[in-house]
Parts: sequence; C-alpha cells; structure tokens
Amino acid sequence: MNEQRPDPDELLRRIREQEERERRAKLKIFFGASAGVGKTYAMLVEAHERRRAGVDVAVGLVETHGRAETAALLEGLDVLPSRPVEYRGATLREFDLDAALARRPGLLLLDELAHTNAPGSRHAKRWLDVEELLAAGIDVHTTLNVQHVESLYDVVAQITGVAVRELVPDSILERADEIELVDLPPDDLLQRLREGRVYIPEQAARAAEHFFKKGNLIALRELALRVTAQRVDQQMESYRREHAIRDTWAVGGRILVGLGEPRAGLRLIRAASRMAARLQAEWLVVHVETPGEFAPSGAARDHLVDLMGYAEELGAETAMLTGTRVTDQMLAYARERNVSRIIVGKPSRARWLRLLRGSLVEALLSGSGGIDVFVMSGERAEDERPAGPAPARAPSLHASGYAQSLLAVALCTGIAWIVHLRLPPANLPMIYLLGIMAVAMRLGRGPAVLASVLSVAAFDFFFVPPILAMHVSDTKYLLTFAGMLVVGLVISTMASRLRQQADSAREREHRTAALYMLSRELSGLRGTRELLRAALRRVADVLGCRGVILLPDDSGALAVSAGEASVLGEAGHDQGVAQWVLDHAQPAGAGTSTLPAAGALFLPLLGASQTVGVLGLVPGDPGRALTRDRLRLAETFASQVALSLERAQLAEQAERTHVLVESERTRSLLLSSVSHDLRTPLSVITGATSSLLADGAPLSAPLRRELVETIAEEAQRLNRLVGNLLDMTRLESGAMPVRWEWHSLEEVVGSALGRLESRLRGREVVVRLAPGLPLVQLDDVLIEQVLFNLVENALKYTPAGSPIEIGAALGDGALRIEVADRGPGLPPGQEESVFEKFYRGRREGDPSGVGLGLSICRGIIEAHGGTISAEGREGGGALFRVMLPQREQPPTVVPEKEPGPGAVAGQEPS
Amino acid sequence: MTDSEPKEGLAPLVLVVEDEVSMVRLLKAALGSQGFRVVEASSGQEALRQAATRSPDLVVLDLGLPDLDGLEVTRRLREWSAVPIIVVSARGQEGDKIKALDAGADDYVTKPFAVGELLARMRVALRHAARTAQEPGDTEMTVGGLRVDRLRRQVFVDEAEVRLTPIEYRLLSALAQYPGRVLTHEHLLRQVWGPGYTQQRHYLRVYMAQLRHKLEPDPSRPRYLLTEPGVGYRLRDS
Repeated sequence: MNEQRPDPDELLRRIREQEERERRAKLKIFFGASAGVGKTYAMLVEAHERRRAGVDVAVGLVETHGRAETAALLEGLDVLPSRPVEYRGATLREFDLDAALARRPGLLLLDELAHTNAPGSRHAKRWLDVEELLAAGIDVHTTLNVQHVESLYDVVAQITGVAVRELVPDSILERADEIELVDLPPDDLLQRLREGRVYIPEQAARAAEHFFKKGNLIALRELALRVTAQRVDQQMESYRREHAIRDTWAVGGRILVGLGEPRAGLRLIRAASRMAARLQAEWLVVHVETPGEFAPSGAARDHLVDLMGYAEELGAETAMLTGTRVTDQMLAYARERNVSRIIVGKPSRARWLRLLRGSLVEALLSGSGGIDVFVMSGERAEDERPAGPAPARAPSLHASGYAQSLLAVALCTGIAWIVHLRLPPANLPMIYLLGIMAVAMRLGRGPAVLASVLSVAAFDFFFVPPILAMHVSDTKYLLTFAGMLVVGLVISTMASRLRQQADSAREREHRTAALYMLSRELSGLRGTRELLRAALRRVADVLGCRGVILLPDDSGALAVSAGEASVLGEAGHDQGVAQWVLDHAQPAGAGTSTLPAAGALFLPLLGASQTVGVLGLVPGDPGRALTRDRLRLAETFASQVALSLERAQLAEQAERTHVLVESERTRSLLLSSVSHDLRTPLSVITGATSSLLADGAPLSAPLRRELVETIAEEAQRLNRLVGNLLDMTRLESGAMPVRWEWHSLEEVVGSALGRLESRLRGREVVVRLAPGLPLVQLDDVLIEQVLFNLVENALKYTPAGSPIEIGAALGDGALRIEVADRGPGLPPGQEESVFEKFYRGRREGDPSGVGLGLSICRGIIEAHGGTISAEGREGGGALFRVMLPQREQPPTVVPEKEPGPGAVAGQEPS
Repeated sequence: MTDSEPKEGLAPLVLVVEDEVSMVRLLKAALGSQGFRVVEASSGQEALRQAATRSPDLVVLDLGLPDLDGLEVTRRLREWSAVPIIVVSARGQEGDKIKALDAGADDYVTKPFAVGELLARMRVALRHAARTAQEPGDTEMTVGGLRVDRLRRQVFVDEAEVRLTPIEYRLLSALAQYPGRVLTHEHLLRQVWGPGYTQQRHYLRVYMAQLRHKLEPDPSRPRYLLTEPGVGYRLRDS
C-alpha cells in the first residue's frame, strides 16, 4: 500500500463529516436476524454500563413482553411515561416524543425502530421520531430486525413468504454511527421459541409458525450478517479514504436505472439500491417520456413521481428525460454522466408487439458499447409503495362520455343515411371513422372504443344488406367490418394518446408559465407584504389551493403574515404543525408522513441561509388531495417564494441599516453644528460681559454701547438657534400636529413680517397676493413660521437693500406661495439639498444659523401634505415655492349690507 | 390717559412668580429701576400665599412652575382677586396661552422677551385695572392716525372718516375697549357675534381682513390691527 497525499477536497469533506458527526447525536442500532435473538436485552445491558459511566440514560419505550430477565434490567433506569392513545376502542401505549424532547436525556433507549405509530401521533413512523430526537441532539439506541430493512424487502419476502409492512429506509441505517449485530444460531433461537421465550403477537401466531423455520432463520441470519459486513466494509473503506490508500478504491462507477412502466419500478429501484451499496457507487434513476411510447395518465404519473421520490429517499439522483426514442435518450444521458452499468426491467410487452416494434433491451444492448446492461425481472405485479399514503386516484371516467359517444354514432348513422341515398355504400365507413376520431379526440379512449364497436354494428344493421338485420348476406363485407373495427380501434388509441400528450404538454406549459410568472412578479416587488400577497395569489391560481404564509417574529414564534388564517384549522389548531415545520425545515401535515392528521400541508420556505417561513396549503376543493406532481410544484413554488422573501428581507435590513447610518450621520452633524453654533455666541457674550465687568481701565461710552449691542445680537442668535432646534425636534417627534383652520393668508404674511419688522428695516418687501384670494386652509402658527424662515433666509443670503417679494395665488386645487429675492441665487444643482438638515449656503463671514430653517420649512409643508421647492430666478435671485393642497371649498360667510352714507349703520346692543 | 404711571410714594407692588433664580434677579433689577416694588415667589403655593398677604398690584407669572401648574395658580387667584396677571411662556405653547387668558390672565409675554415689552404689557394691564375700578372706558381712543369715537360711533384714519358695517364697527370697538391687550378669538366672537358663534373663527378672519383693508395703509403689514398667531388679536397701544 502506498500512502499518498490525500486529495484536499476529499479530506475537507471528511473533516466536515467528522465535525458533523461529533456535533450531532449518535445513533446506535442493535441489529438482529429476527425477533428473539436478544436485541432488547443487549441494549439494556449496555445502557446500564453507560449509566455507570455517568451518562444520563432514559428509557423512551422498551417492550419487555412480560419477560422477567428483560424487565429486571429496567430496574434502576429512568423509564419515561408512555402516552396513552385511544385507537379503535383499545388503548395503545405509545412513545411520548415531546416528553422525551423536554426531558433531554444524554441517551434515550427506544425499542423497535420499525414500529408504526398510532394514528394521531406526530410522525407516522418511529424512525421519524428517532430522526427528530437525533436532530435535537439526543443520542439514541434502538433495535431493528433485518426483515424491516427497506431494500431487503423483496429478498425477505422471497425467503419467508411473509410480506413485511413495517419498513425502515436504508438511509437511517447508513446514518447510524454504530450497528451492533446481536447474533444467535438458529437452533438456539428455535430452542428459545419452544421454551416460549420469544414474543409473538397472538394475531401473528400462524404466520410466525411459517416464519420460524430453520431454513428461513438461516437465510435471515445470513442477510443480517451480510448487512453488518457491508457496514464494516464501508468503515474500512472510509478508513482507507481517510488515509489515502487508493489501491483497492473502485473508481467512480455509476449505475443508471431506466424506469419504464412504473408498475415494475419498485423492484428495480430496490435492486439498484442494493447494487449501488455493494459497489459503493452513485446511482441515477431516470424515466424517459416519449411522445409515442408511453404517456402516463394521472394515476400512473403520480405513481412514477412517487417512485422517483422513493429512489431519492434511498439516495439516488433522479431525472425525467424527454426524447423521441427511449434508448437513445437513456444512452446519451448514461454517457454524459459516465455511467458504467445500466439496469432495466425485463420487457413486459407482448411477444408479438416486441417482434413488431423491436425491444428496448435489444436496442439498448446494441447501442450500449462499453456500458454493462443488466436486465432484471419486472413482470411481477408490484404492490404499492409500503410507506406513505396512496397516490390520489384520477377521477373516474364519466358515464356521460359514453352517452355522448352513443350520440355521435347515431349522428353518423343519420348523416350516412342521407349520403347513402346518393352515393354507393363504400363511402359510408369513412363517415363512421370520422365520428370515431372526433369521439377519441374529445372524450378519450373508452368512449372511442365503444364508438368503434357501435359503428361497425350500426353500419351492418342499417346499410349492409339485408338492411335492418344483424346478419350479413355478402361475405365481402366481413373484411370491411374487420377493417373498420381495427382502424377505429387504432384511431381511438392514437387520438386519445395524442390528446393526453396535448393535455400534459399544456399542463406542463401552464406550470412553467406559472413559475415564470411567479419569479417575474416576485422579482419586481419590493416590500415583504406585497410579495407574500402576490405569492399566495399565484399559489391559489395554479395549485387551486387556499394558502397562508407564516413568518417567525424575533423570538422565532410564527405568526400569520399573509393569507387566510382559516387554513390553520379551527382556532389555529395547526399552528403547532407549522412551528414544527419551521424548526425542522421539513414539510409536514396532510399528505406527508409527519403529522398527517393536520388539515393543511405545510412546506418550509427554505432560504439560502435559514428557514424564512412556512407556507400552509389547503386544497380549494376539500375532496381532492394534492397530487404528487402538484406537491412537487408546490415545493418549487415554496423555494421560489423563499428566495424572494429572503431577498426582500435582506433589502429591508439593508434599508434599516442605511437609515441607521443616515441618522448616525445626522446626529454627528447636529453635534458638530450645535457645538459650534452654540459656542460662538456664548463665547462672544462671555467675552463682552467680562470686558464690561473688568476692573481695569474704564471703557469709553461708545465702546460700552457696542459691547452691549453685541451681547444683544448674539443672544438673539442663540434664541433663533434654540428655536430652530426645538422646532426640528418637535417636527421629527411628531409633536407638531397640523391644526387645520380657515385663514386669511394676508394675515399670516402680515404676522410673519411683523415679527421680522426690526430686521426688515431698509428692505423693500413687495407682497402680491392674488386679488380676491379667499380663505385658505392651513395651520397659521406653522405656516407663519415657514414664511418667517423663508424671509429670514432671504435676508441672510441677499445683499442689504435688495428687494424681497412674496406672492400667492390659488389654482389647481392648491395654494401657491412664492418667496423670491434678488440675491446671488442658488448654486446650480443645489436646489434640492438646500432643504437638507445642516445645509448652509456658502457665504463667508456669516455663519449665523445652523442650516435648519429650510428643512423645518420642508417638514412643516410636508406635514401639510404639500411640497416646497427652490429654483433660480430669471434676472438673478432665488425663488422658493410652496404648494399647499386645498381640497375643500372655503366656508361661506353671510354678507352684510354695506353701510349707507353717514354714520355707522345698525344698532349697538350694549 | 388716566393713572398709568406709578404714583409717587406708592410704587406699584409686583409679585414675580418664577423659579429660575437668574430670571428673578433680572426682573428685580429691571422692574426696580422702573420704580416698581417687587416681591418674589418661587412656587405656586408660595405665590398664592404672597398674593393673599401682600395684595400686589400686578402678578408676573411663569407658566412652568415646579409644583402647581401656572394655569392652576391663575384660576385660584381669580377665585377671589381681580389683580392683573401677566403670564410668561415659551413660543410654541399657543394652547397654554389661550388657556391662561381664558382662565383670567390679562396678557402674556413670550420668552425670551425684552424688558421693554414686559413693561409695556404691565402698564396696559395696570391702566385697565385702574379704569375698571373707576368707570367704563374712554369715549374716544386714538392710536397713531386711527381715531375711534365711541360716543358718535365714528372712525377716522388720518382725520378722514371711514364707513364701517355694523359688524366691522363692533369688532373694532371690542378691540378698542382694551387697547394694547390681546383678545382671544373666542372672546371677540362672543362679543361681536354672540355666544353661539365662538367656534366660527372664519367669520372673524373675514371681517378682520375687511377691517384692515379699510383702516390699514398696507393690509399685509398691519400697523394697528395686530395678529397673535394661534391666540387672537391686539390693537396697537401707542
């Protein structure tokens, strides 16, 4: 053996596996050839050893079957109480999964891995319970007999003649960290049996008699030993891989299983699974759909999809191929995937048909080249899949189809009657054939076959002499009949097949289109809520289901985010199921093997990094369950939705982060601004007052006055600054509600100008309000502040003496107010940013204000539902425009008659 | 004008209710220099006690007090005293100003205020208090170029008579009754239109605009009829 440097990728995979195994809980299976070999006993003995070693051992469920030595071993172990389940009048004791999860022992003993749980349990099978326990980080020890291993089902049935119903998938065996074979020679076992030390359920006593024969036991023992040996082999293999010992490493064999008729498929898949396990090879399962060869009907298609799912469970990769010829397609795929062996079923086609059209196997053999072809027997009618619910049946053909077919023949006969008055009878079969074709296209095969037979009969009865009698006088018509019947039957088969294909093609196209529409629609949406609503709409459209989407909140608890809460059952019974789905990232509920009693099917929305939510579905028509096909489609939908949802959530998160960054930026700007703008006037005031208070040389009167004026100015500035900061804070915290009232704009303008009176000295202010401007709706205090800020802004940035203009007019349902100046105008491109917080126009020597005035204006105007904008003015200067929406007509004020000449009219009441 | 100036030897006593020490210091200095006597109270309870024992001629009341609400102090004072009250409050508290005026305060100043403004308000309040004690107001009132002859019900601007409608006249007359003092919307509506009209502020706005157009040289920059946004109107006094 040459120790080589391990392949780095391979090593990485091993390390990852190792880590995962160390992290995850351990599963140990006590494996035996049959009941009575002492698996439970061995498990309990080891449990005691573990307990002594300090492991927290608990017994989930152990069947002692009344045997004293086994029961004695339970002494000293913590036995969890079982869960009573009422089932058909009897009370069954079932393993309590939730109690075990709550108890969280270090090691849990759970007998009979293959057990089927009573209806109403969370999982249909105990091995699913075990998977959940393992996922929760609890080590499990369990027991299993060889006949319960799924891939050995056929072999065991062949040996013993007993069909085992309780099967465990091979995957859980592979997942087991340790398998301990509990072995007992058949003679000893039979001895035990005779002594009555083997438990056999009463109802199975007869079957057991047949089962416990020495020959059977030897065969089963061999099987058990083989399975164990295979395990040991695998361990050896992985050891070799770990140490880069390549000599005996079989290079990448791949096995391809060609699924033909689904009835034969199960056997084929099991055989392939065994072969693949033995060869340590990857295996692929494909089905080739061809236009002519085989177009599965609803039920058959369900079964096919079922089989594919089953193969995936056993570890295969599956694919549906389409092509004109099965062999070509299969071989092409095999070459592409570097397959070394192809397994197909024995042809089930009748011998004469095979001669006629050639056999698949022959074609495969002739084209396979270097690939080995294995042909397995597939003729035995298969029972349905042992685990999982029966596939939904296709709706039975309607009787009305046959009635319509009857009508069609009658119609043809009528037409033929008219035709035969003018043309020779040789033309008549053509009319019937046309009728048969129409029936086949519209109604399917059954009615078409009926139509064929009826047509022959009607032709004979009405048109072949002797007319109106069934017997035939001229034998040459017998050929016509035969020809007509055969052609009719062929037409009906072909036409109905054509129709099926068209249907399935349409269906497929419909789905593809639906998926495409979904992904397109989802990618166009931004908000989570919109997205969920769109997704549900599509799901309802395509799957005919009512749906609900549940998203977890921060604590991980699910809440309905979109859709109908009624999907969760009365009073939200199924919320727990949805929660389970979220926690385990696996589908559950109706139509699955987990919590099948639920009213709805729940699919996890698996994002790239985590489960983002749960999709719940209830068929719109309560009688019809989802077909397997639709289930797959639903899963595709779910993953599509999940990805979009995750994208939306990430986008929202990014948005939040952005807002956070933005507010952080604002905060730091505020800090620097405030610290600068507060400190400047404060230091000026402090300086001036200290000079005034200084004891040194007395100050001259003009100097004193100047200092005092400076103090007054700076105090005013501070006041404005604090006022702005307060306004901004009030606006942002929403503490500045808009009080709508009817006002005269002139008054509001006057009030603002009044407040600025002293600073407006030497300025020309032109107020141009549209004549006859009615009362307008606004908040006078706030709008007065806006006008004040706008005029103040103009004062600040325009040269002394330049005019300021204020205009207003009503139009288009809005009040337009404009404040314009003749200053330097706005820097180009800055029309929008002047309204940003802490924006300050560049003007040397006058840093008064913090740059909040205009952003306060914008805040106030936006609170009014209006807009504010700035622009340059023709002829120089800046123009600020406020648009305030005016939705109502001003209230009427009853006019008063004008005073007559002379004194004031009317009487004074006082 | 009657006795708006403090009499010699009997300087008016002002109760300053304010909890900020620096503010009290300023007011004491400013009012003292103008010939007022000042007592101080730093809480609402103390203010009520002082008002009862010292009977001041005027109260300057800060609305933000540590114990009692300034409004509450106004209400309790009004239960037994007609002493003029001038409220000090911050901008943006228009609601509080109206409540204070409704509770019986005579006027308000907005922080930060110039001492001159406070003194003007105080003089107006003292004058009105003195007048109500003697007789109902003057028959004639003059502000700048505006003259209202209440006896003849005539109004002149720069000695030219202006024709007013009855409502316009009643509105002007209501303002002229208390020149220099703020009158709330509600007060004016009740006075001019009657108690059923206190919520019809748009009436007030329409007639105020008409009045300005008849009396003011530039209605958009009023000289006589001043607006107190959110609170009411005031006729300029001087």
